[in-house]
Amino acid sequence: MTEFFSDFSTVLPRLISEGLSATVYSFLGGAVLMLIVAVLLGVAMHQGPKWLATLARIVVEIFRGTSLIVQLFWIFYVFPQLFAVDLGSLWSAIVALGLNYGAYGAEVVRGSLNAVPKGQWETTTALSMPWLTKMRRIIWPQAWALMLPGFNNLAVMLVKGTAAVGLVLLNDITFEANQARITNGVWAAFGAALLIYLVIALIVSTLFRWMERRAQHRLGLWVKAASTTKATAEAVA
Amino acid sequence: MLAAIFDWNLAVEAFPQLLVAFLKVTLLVTVVASLLSIILGLVWAIGLRQLPAWLGWPLRLFLDFVRMTPIPVQLLFVFYGVVVFRPRVDALIIGVIVFGVHYSTYMAESYRAGIESIRSGQWEAATALSLPATRTWRAVILPQAIRNTLPSLGNWTIAMFKDTPYLIFIHVAEMVTRAREFGGMKFSYIESFTIAGLIFLAASYPTAVLMRKLEKKLEY
Repeated sequence: MTEFFSDFSTVLPRLISEGLSATVYSFLGGAVLMLIVAVLLGVAMHQGPKWLATLARIVVEIFRGTSLIVQLFWIFYVFPQLFAVDLGSLWSAIVALGLNYGAYGAEVVRGSLNAVPKGQWETTTALSMPWLTKMRRIIWPQAWALMLPGFNNLAVMLVKGTAAVGLVLLNDITFEANQARITNGVWAAFGAALLIYLVIALIVSTLFRWMERRAQHRLGLWVKAASTTKATAEAVA
Repeated sequence: MLAAIFDWNLAVEAFPQLLVAFLKVTLLVTVVASLLSIILGLVWAIGLRQLPAWLGWPLRLFLDFVRMTPIPVQLLFVFYGVVVFRPRVDALIIGVIVFGVHYSTYMAESYRAGIESIRSGQWEAATALSLPATRTWRAVILPQAIRNTLPSLGNWTIAMFKDTPYLIFIHVAEMVTRAREFGGMKFSYIESFTIAGLIFLAASYPTAVLMRKLEKKLEY
């Protein structure tokens, strides 16, 4: 047992100093791209003209229907062959994570826009508001509060998804833990890795819950304990 | 330009190999692991409701921990943890167990939501009729709860299906691993990865549409 703790206390700083940056950069880049892609595709699916909505729907179904790892490999191995651009490991990871989870996020955005009460939409029409004003001032603040629980779940899934970036040769936490396994043993190496991922996921989740409370507060709503897993199950399939 | 780069001969050569790997590994793991997680998820959900508090909170902690940590690390952890005792263990079995347990934690949440959606009158009626606990669950609660849970279970199974390429971490030769090998051998990745993606899409998209239909149909 004491041996485990001494191993654990050597592995944990090593993983943090050598693997954390790749994991965190993939997550942050992926999260930003996820939000952009989700908003663009989600709004296009809900608000766009027929052709644009169909196009966005096709993109979403392709990225949801093929696996993240396939997309990761496609971007990493096929892009250089097809377009003669080599994105490199980190950008391949960010683009794959952002597009994949962004496609799931688009469903969250679309569903939230759909859930904004009909009267709100009708009122903006009655007031003949320009589209941008209507979205920015009336619809979006309400939809934003509705979509944050969905984004919270997706962000936690994105944290877990970053464990795949070792496959495109990034030295992330998972990769470093697998190296540390040889010198420090299975329990210490992977125990430390699991702990780091858990802490990152908890931080991200807390941040999103805070944002959700703030968004509801700005709408003058009281916080309700919402069960979000069902919404995620619908979004991930 | 695309036609010049996408070699149809290579594609034709790759397709049967990938399809075999898909049927033999990807589909097998998905089916067995999803059965495991459907059963385990129900056990967790009932356990969380029925167990005394001192057993309930460690279970809750375990489920949250498994749900919030990545599958690749869990695969590596369990695989190398077991290899110490059983050097010749089949990585495929480890994969099934890890996927099954990981997704059972999500399914437990789905079951829980389904169980909570049952009106309290049903529980009270069961108590009033002094039905034993097992009969209450089996004959009253679960038939109603599972109806609400079914689409969600299907959706998690599809999600698991798309996560099976993580098996590459413990050297199981599933479809995407094979696609990478094939691409490396022929110095061209576009054919094998595109086909692998299309096979995933062809299997998951119809199932997802079916689940959405089922969901609409089961709504009261």
